[in-house]
Amino acid sequence: MADNVIDTGMDLSARGHAWPPGLTRVPYWVYQDPEILRAEQKKIFEGPVWNFLALDVEIPQRGDYRTNFMGEMPVVVVRGEHGKIHAFENRCAHRGALIAIEDSGNVKDFVCAYHAWRYDLQGNLCSIAFQRGVNGKGGMPDGFRMAAHGPRKLRVETVGGLVFGTLSPDAPSLEAYLGDTIVARLRRVLGKPVEIIGRFTQAMPNNWKLYAENVKDTYHASLLHLFFTTFRITRFSQAGGIMLSADGAHHASATIAKLEASDSVYKDQEIRSDSAEFQLHDPSFLDAVDEFGDGIQLQILTVFPSVVLQQVHNCIAVRQIVPRGVDGMDLHWIYLGFVGDSPEMRRRRVRQANLVGPAGYVSLEDGCIGGFVQRGAATAADELSVIEMGGATAESQMTRATEAAVRGFWQAYRAHMGI
Amino acid sequence: MSAPDTLFRLAALNTAYALAIDADRLEAWPEFFLESCLYKITTAENHRRGYEAGVIYADSRAMLLDRVTALRRANIYERQAYRHIIGMPSIQVETAEGVTAETPFLVVRTMRDGQMDIFASGLYLDRVRADATGALRFAERLVICDSPRFDTLLAIPL
Repeated sequence: MADNVIDTGMDLSARGHAWPPGLTRVPYWVYQDPEILRAEQKKIFEGPVWNFLALDVEIPQRGDYRTNFMGEMPVVVVRGEHGKIHAFENRCAHRGALIAIEDSGNVKDFVCAYHAWRYDLQGNLCSIAFQRGVNGKGGMPDGFRMAAHGPRKLRVETVGGLVFGTLSPDAPSLEAYLGDTIVARLRRVLGKPVEIIGRFTQAMPNNWKLYAENVKDTYHASLLHLFFTTFRITRFSQAGGIMLSADGAHHASATIAKLEASDSVYKDQEIRSDSAEFQLHDPSFLDAVDEFGDGIQLQILTVFPSVVLQQVHNCIAVRQIVPRGVDGMDLHWIYLGFVGDSPEMRRRRVRQANLVGPAGYVSLEDGCIGGFVQRGAATAADELSVIEMGGATAESQMTRATEAAVRGFWQAYRAHMGI
Repeated sequence: MSAPDTLFRLAALNTAYALAIDADRLEAWPEFFLESCLYKITTAENHRRGYEAGVIYADSRAMLLDRVTALRRANIYERQAYRHIIGMPSIQVETAEGVTAETPFLVVRTMRDGQMDIFASGLYLDRVRADATGALRFAERLVICDSPRFDTLLAIPL
């Protein structure tokens, strides 16, 4: 029984839910039940995980801030004294209104619009309008202590210029959370100062976990996405593999240009995505340079639960998953270049960005595929999806014809959720 | 060109452009551009900040052709159609070389199950020139969307 109870008070069996043991089956109710989404907010996003908050370069000066979300929880991330970054819930301690209502800006301090309660850059409540009332009448009671009231504060750490936050005092340090393998794969891409070159939001008609799985699903990449296969960006016949953190939560997949298997494997199986007839009129948009010097032309890296770092040729982006209800989510895309890019390199990045984002030759397909699952499984709450490619475990493998990273997601998910 | 004549010709260009897309005659869409051109879809916020990337960025007519071929033969997405409503062009600068104009647009998207949504609204920032035959063509069309948020995917061009 204990295995079936989430300690937010939800009893899985009382809701008619069951989950078979092992990592190869996932029931569809997990994408459909609003109670699960509420439990995820508490157990995962507000639990002992590190959530992506911002890029370091977005808030360079004292008082620079951005607003963002941890799951569905609104947060403010702001540069304070001595370059230190702070983050706190975007919720006034008084009546719960948003403290900051812009996406970004620069402030001396934060003043809630509703009743002008004021917060410093660390999120401490520091003044209350008319605290002493007017002419000795009204005002707050003498015993009211500002220090006892404030938005919930986050621990903040950065790696490779990415700013992360957690509400949990129990979370390990950020780098311990990621593990050496993932930190090394992240630093491989983010080894130099970055510049933002574009920012878009893609609203997806699916539960957030369907996208979290999609980016870890190396099996689908060369089957759904004709551009990946036909233009040899990633094929199973190319060298590569996936690396998982010890707990399975995070992953990095890599594709190396050189062939290691017969290149006719797609044609032999009549796979749609390998199309000899499909040719580009302007193939130069796929011209790439090996800027990291290791031959890896595609690396997708995920940090549980909600952020992706992408290198597709020279197109580099951070993607953040923001749940919006049980059957919707926003994907926030931040396209990156490096400070000092030559004009040619910048043009290359901008042209290759046609592969990704809401209109990306590859990513537009990921935009709709989760919705196909959400709708296809609409009345299949108790049926099970099958995640068995490459075995039953969640460990690093020298192949991408595997769903090991997807199993890693569920291993971490179930550990956090206690199911 | 006299100003009223230019306005009339720009409006006719926009109408023909919209009808080609909305009637699923996408193969005709690249022909509205000069061979060397820039077509970019971005958002008001990206444009204001000077960010270079777009959701679509094509700096040759060949790249526009590739978009069409990909939509027809490569990409997976659900059947859908647009209806463009394009406002009156506001001519900014007119020289012997050509004309720049700003023109508001609205696009309603109809999905295969009948779901209709306002998919995009925004401003076309255009540089238009006559080609060798004298027909007006886009040297540059920047599609500046009001919203930073795109629903599901953007396949058909705006």
